[in-house]
Amino acid sequence: MAATTRQKSGWITANIVTILLVLIPVLWIVSLSFKNPATIAATGRATFWPTSWTWANYSGIFSTSEFTRPLLNSIGIGLIATFISVVLASMAAYAVARLNFPGKRALIGISLLIAMFPLISLVTPLFNIERGLGIFNTWIGLIIPYIAFGLPLGIYTLSAFFREIPWELEKAAKVDGATPFQAFIRVIAPLAAPGMVTTAILVFLFCWNEFLLAISLTSTIAARTAPAALAFFNGSSQFTVPTGSISAAAVVITIPIIIFVLFFQRRIVAGLTSGAVKG
Amino acid sequence: MAEINLDHISKRFPDGAIGVDDVSLDIADGEFIILVGPSGCGKSTTLNMIAGLEDITSGELRIGGTVVNNKAPKDRDIAMVFQSYALYPHMSVRDNMGFALKLAKTPKNVIDEKVNEAARTLDLTPFLDRRPANLSGGQRQRVAMGRAIVRDPAAFLMDEPLSNLDAKLRVQTRTEVSRLQKRLGTTMVYVTHDQTEAMTLGDRVAVMRLGTIQQVASPQELYDRPANLFVAGFMGSPSMNFMAGTLEEGKLRTVLGDFPLHSQLRQTLERAGAAHDVIVGIRPESFEDAELVPAEAKPNGLEFNATIDVTESLGSEKFVYFTRELGQTHNVAELEELARDSGRAEAGGAARETVVARLDPASRITEGQDARLWVDTRHLHVFDPASGRNLTLEGGAPGAPASSAPAAPAGTGAPRQESPAADVRPDQAPTTATEAARPASGDGESQ
Repeated sequence: MAATTRQKSGWITANIVTILLVLIPVLWIVSLSFKNPATIAATGRATFWPTSWTWANYSGIFSTSEFTRPLLNSIGIGLIATFISVVLASMAAYAVARLNFPGKRALIGISLLIAMFPLISLVTPLFNIERGLGIFNTWIGLIIPYIAFGLPLGIYTLSAFFREIPWELEKAAKVDGATPFQAFIRVIAPLAAPGMVTTAILVFLFCWNEFLLAISLTSTIAARTAPAALAFFNGSSQFTVPTGSISAAAVVITIPIIIFVLFFQRRIVAGLTSGAVKG
Repeated sequence: MAEINLDHISKRFPDGAIGVDDVSLDIADGEFIILVGPSGCGKSTTLNMIAGLEDITSGELRIGGTVVNNKAPKDRDIAMVFQSYALYPHMSVRDNMGFALKLAKTPKNVIDEKVNEAARTLDLTPFLDRRPANLSGGQRQRVAMGRAIVRDPAAFLMDEPLSNLDAKLRVQTRTEVSRLQKRLGTTMVYVTHDQTEAMTLGDRVAVMRLGTIQQVASPQELYDRPANLFVAGFMGSPSMNFMAGTLEEGKLRTVLGDFPLHSQLRQTLERAGAAHDVIVGIRPESFEDAELVPAEAKPNGLEFNATIDVTESLGSEKFVYFTRELGQTHNVAELEELARDSGRAEAGGAARETVVARLDPASRITEGQDARLWVDTRHLHVFDPASGRNLTLEGGAPGAPASSAPAAPAGTGAPRQESPAADVRPDQAPTTATEAARPASGDGESQ
């Protein structure tokens, strides 16, 4: 593309504006996390960058189980929900992509419906159901709804990947003596592995970032996940706003996401634009 | 190793289309049999039913004497080579070839031994640790063959295994396949749309059309004694010339002239109940440049004049083309289908009226010349326009092979004009995705 200098400078400006727009809040959070409580509260002479850098906020949040336990919960719940979602979704997606069965359209429709459903409308019923079942404020109480919301995402992404795998490979496996299950495990699943990784990342990101259910279906740090825990941080006295701690915690829970995205950037894009991708 | 028996096998698809209609075929142990026919004729469906990849709607399939209708592919002890090869992309050549044995829980050292042996046979030893993506088309094809032979199965099933190769490699590989089958002595069912492959490879060839078997016979038998119009037109390249003819006063009147009928042929036609109007089929090689025919041979044929449109000299032979008003032969469904298959339908009416003659390369006939040609009347084929049946065959019973190969039940060879499958248009007729996608150039290397 032969761009003129004018066009180029136009694009550069647009890019810079976009980047600033996106990055400034992030940088602000990072900056806040390094300020000591006194500087944060000091009005009138606030600066963007801390005047004196401190790790106090970080050491503070890691010194109590108020944050470390939820962080553990987040990782545990996220991994378990992701694993179960991907396993179930890959089977469902395989069926959707390969088999004709009565109710196939209904299945696809319902899973789409779930993905569209506003979470907030489900919070109250889920709260009551989970209390009735005695799984309120437990890991399982979050894992189940996370799987439910991870599945449609997984089915959609994976069925696109499965469709890319030639039918004949499966026929060949069957003729080679594989049971349908063996054909799936040894031939189809390995070929769909990139799709499964992509799906796993997407589902994990969803679980990791989820806030509404996490805060509604938990009451103590026994099951509260990190994003929800942030909302319950206390200041050092009841008159102090725990801005520094919240910022530090926010940075901590963002880091895995950033690493994930940097590592799996291509895969995530592949998953979001799935169908255009060879499995 | 085993024999395969298809006993009145039919396949009806869920949408009601009939893929295979009452096919019976007995394949002997160690026999190399070809299923050939145009796209949508049910040959791949038949193969998939033998493999167990498609359910059989009705009929009985026996492999080695055991009914296998409801057995899963893995319990049938068959190996299959697919058109796309279907190599597992995530496995090395070695693992691809050993996959079946691994599933069968064969000891590792036995797998290695068998894979190495197969690789030696197929010249694949240097590539054993490569992935299929890093192999050429020919090498991939050999891996697919290797995957089949390491298993030492009861039968090989081949679904157009050569159609993804370029023309030159296809001819080479064809010979390889033939040699391999002879050496292993394993029953082989081979599906192709290419009549050249069918002619060169098989012990016996089953010609299929609209889900039914038209004729089962040795390649030479099919060529010399086609049971009906379809077989006659499908086998041979360039294909047989067809023209309308009338039987009058012991003569066969055609646009080329009046063929005298020798007594034996006349008797055969009478016994077969030939009607007044017939279709005459003449192979291109029945023609000759009249100048090159020895005088003593001339009475066996008929001389006529024709203005030559095109000549094609191939060194070892010479084809000449001329047009004639050939009569209403194109109303016959079988000829229509043949024309569609060869692409002649699109070429317009003129192409249909073209007669091809294969002459001695010594002929000096040139384009535009009003040449004198001679046609050998001893090798005429006369067909019934209504049923397509070849009336020149003794007794009218088609497909009775002189060879020792087991014959199909006589009924299977008979043309079935009223078959319900005739309603199935080729584009409706269920074919596998691969069959639909296969290249149209069937006999590119055959001339």
